[in-house]
Amino acid sequence: MQYQSQMVAKPYFIAAIGLFILQILFGLIMGLQYVMGDFLFPEIPFNVARMVHTNALIIWLLMGFMGAAYYLVPEESETELFSPRLALITFWVFLGAAGLTVLGYLLVPYSTLAEITGNSILPTMGREFLEQPTITKIGIVIVALAFLFNIGMTVLKGRKTAITLVLLIGLLGLAVLFLFSFYNPDNLVLDKYFWWWVVHLWVEGGWELILGSILAFVLIKVTGVDREVIEKWLYIIIAMALISGIIGTGHHYFWIGVPEYWQWWGSIFSALEPLPFLMMTLFAFNMVKNRRRNHPNKAAVMWALGTTVLAFFGAGVWGFMHTLAPVNYYTHGSQLTAAHGHLAFFGAYAMIVLTIISYAMPLLRGRKAANSALSQKLEIWSFLLMSSSMVLITLLLTTAGVKQIMLQRMGEHPLPFMQVQEQLAIYFWLREGSGMLFLIGLIIYVASFFVGNSEPEAEVAA
Amino acid sequence: MNEVFTKSMARNIFYGGGVFFILLFLALTFDTVQQLPKLDNRAALTEQVAHGKALWEENNCIGCHTLLGEGAYFAPELGNVYQRYGNSTAFIKAFLMTRPKEGVPGRRSMPQFNFTAEEREAIAEFLKYSSQINTAGWPPTIQG
Repeated sequence: MQYQSQMVAKPYFIAAIGLFILQILFGLIMGLQYVMGDFLFPEIPFNVARMVHTNALIIWLLMGFMGAAYYLVPEESETELFSPRLALITFWVFLGAAGLTVLGYLLVPYSTLAEITGNSILPTMGREFLEQPTITKIGIVIVALAFLFNIGMTVLKGRKTAITLVLLIGLLGLAVLFLFSFYNPDNLVLDKYFWWWVVHLWVEGGWELILGSILAFVLIKVTGVDREVIEKWLYIIIAMALISGIIGTGHHYFWIGVPEYWQWWGSIFSALEPLPFLMMTLFAFNMVKNRRRNHPNKAAVMWALGTTVLAFFGAGVWGFMHTLAPVNYYTHGSQLTAAHGHLAFFGAYAMIVLTIISYAMPLLRGRKAANSALSQKLEIWSFLLMSSSMVLITLLLTTAGVKQIMLQRMGEHPLPFMQVQEQLAIYFWLREGSGMLFLIGLIIYVASFFVGNSEPEAEVAA
Repeated sequence: MNEVFTKSMARNIFYGGGVFFILLFLALTFDTVQQLPKLDNRAALTEQVAHGKALWEENNCIGCHTLLGEGAYFAPELGNVYQRYGNSTAFIKAFLMTRPKEGVPGRRSMPQFNFTAEEREAIAEFLKYSSQINTAGWPPTIQG
């Protein structure tokens, strides 16, 4: 760590891990409700558990992105952060808003939450992933503005690099696109059309830029490869992300009441969406292969490589599987969609946040370069356990999805939804078991922060 | 990558490609919005339907169900529930009314939302309106 103000990243990373734990616990509740329908009913109905699961994910990823920005921008810009104080204030505002929102979900019926937060004045609630009360959304906008101001001013007064520029464009895109969450017309088709401008253009637009720039930063640090080479890769990867991903939004426009030409635009461009992820994998492995030095933080290198591989499979391969319109006609909104969602989010976004945490946290906690060998060993075990159990979850949901499609959407006598769900119970049980494995991985991950702290730093083998 | 392909070339592809595809996307969006009146069943968009949509949102129905295939995969697709039960709103209203407060032992059950008769009517009308949007033939079967 070269600049004192990078320290503000620490609370963001800690809060991110806390919300990650919350997300997984509610994921396990939902998984159980899939097979024991009355579990926690009516206290925590499925929809409430799901809101906590998905919203905690979004908030912890945003916390992670912000922490990453506060960590890497001063170092890249070679200057102290514009205002560390503002960064800490926005942290507490953000965490407070997130905490109150989760309590609101859990303590009162959702319709009551809508009523007491004045949803009827500016109705934005009750749409998938955008369930937050309108005042929470306004809070998110204020936090995002303060954050962008802080980061923007830091970039302006210091050295400008491709990494900070790309990060800034990604963050700006994230903030601007979120404004579409305030647009909620009565017309369902228009509502859905622009809802995707937040959801798709985040994950296959702005967020990919953020992902790319965090990855590039970590790779420069751990491989010592020349910045020119890494930044060239970064530009070409994110160029492909935008070229394929923007029109690729069309793969969500097949069946929601818009013109059918979207079946062509969406199929063709989204078929290209695996490319940036493939290039990211090649990029990371090439840089590590051509490294100029061995970094003692092996765990961080592992996360960096792992995120590109699982992002390629989860977002790339599993996305491609059902992105062509004639296939999507049968798969749309099935367990196959859930399979893709899990591996894509974990591989691309959860793991990139865990990558920067793995790289930065030892430095933020006073180490020179890396944690002790023992601590890293635990972290690598948690990496292996979480990654493989998420792959398992994906394979099980994929199998369940294929069976669901065959029973419910094909053949002479398609079966009703609930009858099909009963036939999928075995996969859902196994998925819950895999989720427990994931939880064990997560516990080991958290333990890695507390174990081996008194031991000396790991060193590079001669 | 070799020296012929420089960083500034990569940067130009990023900016050029990004701007070009944003503009193309806006153009397609403009055309889509022009064509929507033929497809989105807006003639049926009454105040009652709008009220139904508000109730749909304020009770987070999307947290369990899908609507036109989007949402959660815990409960049945509702984009064609109107057709599934005999092209009628009667079943939808009756179903909303009869959900057991404490659920069904061992099984998934929709919560009892205690809607008034007028609210049940609005939700049913909203689902009827949704079912008549032109979805290019989706879903493949009546089971959603």
